[in-house]
Amino acid sequence: MSATASASESRMRQPAREPVFALVGNPNSGKSTIFNALTGLKQKVANYPGVTVEKREGTCFNQHGKRIRLIDLPGTYSLNARSPDEAVVRDVLLGRRTDTPRPDAVILVADASNVERNLYLATQVLELGLPSLLVLNMTDVAEAKQWRIDVEKLSQRLGVPVVPMQATFGKGLLELKAAISRELQKADNKVLPIPPDILEGLQQTRADLVRSGTVAENASLLEPLYLISDHDPAHYGIEDSQVNRLAAAHDDLENKFPGWEDRLAASRYEAVEKLLLGALRRPECDESTTTDRLDSVFLHPVWGGVCMGAIMLGVFYMIFSVAEGPMDWIDQITGLAGGWIESIMPGGDLRDLIVNGVIVGVGGVVKFLPQILLLFFFIGMMEDTGYMARVAFIMDKFMGRVGLNGRSFVPFFSSYACAVPGIMATRTIASPKDRLITILIAPLASCSARLPVYTLMIAAMFPASGVSTLNKALLMLGMYVLGTGGAFAFAWLFNRTMAKGRSSLMVLEMPTYKRPALKHVARYMLERAKLFLVRAGTVILGLSILLWAAKTYPKLSTPEPADAAAKIEYRSSQLSHSIAGRAGHFIEPVIKPLGYDWKIGIGLISSFAAREFFVSTMSIIYAVEGEDIEPLKAKLAADKWPDGRPIFTPLVCLSLMVFYVFAMQCLSTVAVVKRETNGWKWPLFQIVYMTGAAWLASFVVYQGGKLIGF
Amino acid sequence: MSAEKLLSDLAAGAGGVISDIPVGHDEHITRLRELGLVPGTKIRVVRRAPMGDPIEVSVRGSRLAMRRSEARHIHITAE
Repeated sequence: MSATASASESRMRQPAREPVFALVGNPNSGKSTIFNALTGLKQKVANYPGVTVEKREGTCFNQHGKRIRLIDLPGTYSLNARSPDEAVVRDVLLGRRTDTPRPDAVILVADASNVERNLYLATQVLELGLPSLLVLNMTDVAEAKQWRIDVEKLSQRLGVPVVPMQATFGKGLLELKAAISRELQKADNKVLPIPPDILEGLQQTRADLVRSGTVAENASLLEPLYLISDHDPAHYGIEDSQVNRLAAAHDDLENKFPGWEDRLAASRYEAVEKLLLGALRRPECDESTTTDRLDSVFLHPVWGGVCMGAIMLGVFYMIFSVAEGPMDWIDQITGLAGGWIESIMPGGDLRDLIVNGVIVGVGGVVKFLPQILLLFFFIGMMEDTGYMARVAFIMDKFMGRVGLNGRSFVPFFSSYACAVPGIMATRTIASPKDRLITILIAPLASCSARLPVYTLMIAAMFPASGVSTLNKALLMLGMYVLGTGGAFAFAWLFNRTMAKGRSSLMVLEMPTYKRPALKHVARYMLERAKLFLVRAGTVILGLSILLWAAKTYPKLSTPEPADAAAKIEYRSSQLSHSIAGRAGHFIEPVIKPLGYDWKIGIGLISSFAAREFFVSTMSIIYAVEGEDIEPLKAKLAADKWPDGRPIFTPLVCLSLMVFYVFAMQCLSTVAVVKRETNGWKWPLFQIVYMTGAAWLASFVVYQGGKLIGF
Repeated sequence: MSAEKLLSDLAAGAGGVISDIPVGHDEHITRLRELGLVPGTKIRVVRRAPMGDPIEVSVRGSRLAMRRSEARHIHITAE
């Protein structure tokens, strides 16, 4: 311990740097609310390099006007990390991350209504020897359960100040500010709650790891302990050649002291119980609380499902339908802006770039905001009230069939409106593997952008009237069923095949219901929207400009005619002359087995930006003006292969619909997946597997259909 | 001492004291201990999810949901 202490003291002596405080606590302890209350708007969100864990930092001032840098570390249950989030907490607290300074002090946040489990982590952190204080949050919830906590006694036993708070209502904030303005002390850890035989073993382990250079010479006893108790072989700051040493050290201890990790957990709970003896008084049996009464409805075998169905449909309706109004306004505004630029600028490549590249690109980005804001409003509300855990509880069995867990339900379900906010919502899934699989399958949910394609194809399929609306609706429903089935099949497949071993433990906290703090929810919505604009928006914009260039260059040598009818024809031949048009010809051999010609090829390529572009591209190729699909439908029906067979047979239309069920065909999704998985690997994999599945499914439909005589 | 049962077999509302959890190299079970399910702890099944799995338990005054496949490892004796 002394090594750590002197290291932190030497840091303290450097006067130039502003002190760094870290917020540490269990998930659901109200840590983020305290972070927000302390920092106000002075905060930023980034990523810890190399992992998909969000790094939240802000600044605040103590009562003497001194600036403090505040890091809100991810919620964790233990320093024995079981996920990348938890590993970040451990590594920051041990001073092992080069991108984040070791904190000068720690603000521990504990849920008073759940104090034993929260003190499990708190005591682990206190033993690391950093100056600390403990916030006992949600004392109102504890009181409602008739728990009495002797703050004074607890503070004495822990050796650090204890500040009771109700962060949601701002109660205790002044006291917290006063406490962080005073010099904070290290907790007095004379005795570690580690059985003596294991302690001796650990000392040996530490010596071995220091000798092999795996940990630094001044590493405390606890550093190797928490490193070897993380069973994930990938460790930040540990070279590959050293990783085996950690695993060997773990197995060595396991041989000498079978079940040592379990014994450590038990002895720490014993210590926590001793700590709380006489400091915590609570009724012998759980009182029936408001939460129990609400759960007897929300988790009722029948009514629970009914309530959830109603809430989910409400959420879905809002994203799917209510967001449409603002999205149309955004379309109109970009249209107006484009028209305005066209009226003030002379024609030419630059104007075309601004109007059809930049403005369309920006519009395409901003268009997602209404859906993102709405979805995150509901997710924020569901998280804040505690209902989200209930949804996961109800849906776990269902999602578990394909190897996911209940937490995946809301992000996947939201993807039926739009995969972009759906994928952003996967942040709420704790298990990295489940999160990745949910991201990978989310775009298979038939989103609203597929509707224009389905509508056009269904219209082209039944040129003559007389086909009942019911049949058309059933066909549409069939596409939704196919997408859903595909998503679950791939989830199952990825779960079976992906390297990262067994799925993580599904333990879900069922928090007490709380009144939502609207300020907190609003901040959450805006933060997500901003992150989307900054991180994904720029990628979307860049890619849309590239795609614009592919559709524009090279240019026809003849100038654009002035006559309106000739202009439409001219645009059609310009498009087939461009890179995108040539690419359509180029891929014709690949898509011919699906029944498509090069014109559909151009449609596929340009609708890679967004699925709904398929309709507008087909309109340009077939030289149809206007938004109405009737004239386009007539042209499609009349188009023929060189040998005279019609191109758009019902079977081709079906094959094309099936293609759109599976194909990625959405730049914005690519950009969001890149942001959420922190790199290009997974979005590229996704493009490949989805396009492959689309090709295969369409091939089966078209060739199979031909075989049985369609 | 009364008969030992598995947590996964308890009916909603039933409870007892954790008598045994297997030790060894299983990080899931270790995490359950870290969440407070150590031998000697009182535990009660509050309810089952509408589809029968997972189960919600009350332990150390708070509520946790876990799958029955995990609860199967936890041995309970009646109080």
